[in-house]
Amino acid sequence: MDKSRKRSRRLWGIGAALLFCLAISILLGRYPKPYVTPISAVRDDALALNLILNLRIPRILSALLVGMVLSAAGAVFQMIFRNPLVDSGFLGVSQGAAFGASLAIVFLGGTAVAVQGAAAVFAFLGLAASYFLARRIRLGDWVLRLVMAGIAVSALYSAATGGIKYLADPSRHLPDITFWMLGGLWAITWKDVLQILPVTVPCLVVLYLLRWRLNLLSLRDETAFSLGVAPGRERLIMLVAAAASTAAAVSKAGQIAWVGLIVPHIARRIVGSDSQRALPASMLLGGVFVLLCDDLARTALSGEIPLGILTSFIGTGLFLVLLLRRKLEIRK
Amino acid sequence: MSVAVPILSVKNVSFFYGSGLPYVLDAISLDIAPGTITALLGPNGSGKTTLLNLILGWLSPGSGRIEVSGKPLDAHSRRELSSRIGLVPQDEHVTFELSAVEYVLLGRAPYLDFLETPGVEDRRLAARALEEFGLAVLRDRSVSALSGGERQLVILARALVQDPWILLLDEPMSHLDIGNTRRILQVMAGLKKNGKTIIFTTHDPNIAAAADDVVLLRGGRILALGPTASTLNTENLSATYGVRVDVVILDGRPVILTRA
Repeated sequence: MDKSRKRSRRLWGIGAALLFCLAISILLGRYPKPYVTPISAVRDDALALNLILNLRIPRILSALLVGMVLSAAGAVFQMIFRNPLVDSGFLGVSQGAAFGASLAIVFLGGTAVAVQGAAAVFAFLGLAASYFLARRIRLGDWVLRLVMAGIAVSALYSAATGGIKYLADPSRHLPDITFWMLGGLWAITWKDVLQILPVTVPCLVVLYLLRWRLNLLSLRDETAFSLGVAPGRERLIMLVAAAASTAAAVSKAGQIAWVGLIVPHIARRIVGSDSQRALPASMLLGGVFVLLCDDLARTALSGEIPLGILTSFIGTGLFLVLLLRRKLEIRK
Repeated sequence: MSVAVPILSVKNVSFFYGSGLPYVLDAISLDIAPGTITALLGPNGSGKTTLLNLILGWLSPGSGRIEVSGKPLDAHSRRELSSRIGLVPQDEHVTFELSAVEYVLLGRAPYLDFLETPGVEDRRLAARALEEFGLAVLRDRSVSALSGGERQLVILARALVQDPWILLLDEPMSHLDIGNTRRILQVMAGLKKNGKTIIFTTHDPNIAAAADDVVLLRGGRILALGPTASTLNTENLSATYGVRVDVVILDGRPVILTRA
């Protein structure tokens, strides 16, 4: 019981860290002068208050949501595909979403519904294509096959997105599309937050409620079936929730790479591999990770650092550390 | 094996993986009495595992039907079925490092609602199952770090908390040394004493000899079936494996010898 209790306590610890990060993020910024907005300024300076309420808080909320969604999706993909080397960026989900979003901007008028809808459809198509392609490849083990299929599908989508960029109106559409490729939250408003909330929050709730069953879905199909699970149907529910929420997040924030791969690994090291704790831990830790990266993105320099670049640098760094210290569980 | 009230009846079941492909199983019929241990014995590719998956309900027969306590498999809800029939697969693939107790807890799934997570009582049962198999010290160890024998016992502990009427084991001893094989056989005997019905597959006639009844399979057909002592004879085994084998009786149990 001791170990289990210790791990539960660690999960609460991550939750507390998230609350702490939320609190300090509200005060971090470059107004009135770099790095911190003093509490006195919030009280006395109407502009500071306005800035916090209308720019910083929606941005913080969206960073939180993006981090939670990408990490939860990464944890779900890793468990369901029994593959520690996948996340939405490796399965054609993120690139599919970016392709769908670009398509919607150029050809469908670029309304929020069109962008999110197209992002979700193509994200899911990307996931399905990677999965079925991997089943047909006759080279290497399952871990390698899925990674290869994902790379191929992602590359195909990237090429198609390149084609759309070529066709796009350079003054009206191209900047919007380029924005996804970099990834960032600088343009987020309350309206954006309210547009992604109705998709991301229900998906996160579904994934959270099914967290323990995710363990069952990582077993062989026959074994899961013998335990009363409907492997095909339950997997589909979780994959749809993961892909739809990722598409919504990506349609606003662009390509935020490496979060979904690295955060679940770190979460498992802290609270163990049982998804009952590992999934919520991934969500919370993902929120912390993207929130801190975004704080850095908007505060560190006088100009904005694209968030996707920061998460990639930090994510790959952490990945290499885990790999070199043999802390990454990779098994056939 | 004609049984007064069978817990499991396989009635004229045939199975093939696609039309035009040969039968994997051809008109299989057998009855299994409650509280017995039955071995499905045959060479590799004889259809043992396919038969196990049909009994589990994971595969559906092309023709014929399977009944549990007189009720057809497909008349059971999935959840009902999972509290009737449990499976111990040949080897469990655990991608991430679930601990032994977390793995055993998965056996409680048939008793939990869709959105429910295991509670205190489920955890108590899981801990007790590990204790029963002398594995209490391993409870927090990762399943993937266990030895073959320990892992098989942990998988059995998972089946124990599932508490099914019928337990199916696919080649439960195939990777184990004789010490661990004996331990698994003892566990099976204990489960039988508690009223469980056990069906396991094996390609080793000497392991099949530990069962009460045996079904000899070859090429998807039943060559012979009946009580182990009388069925595992030179004639039946030679026909099953296509090589000459000798059978001697030791302490009332057949012992099978092959000659080079």
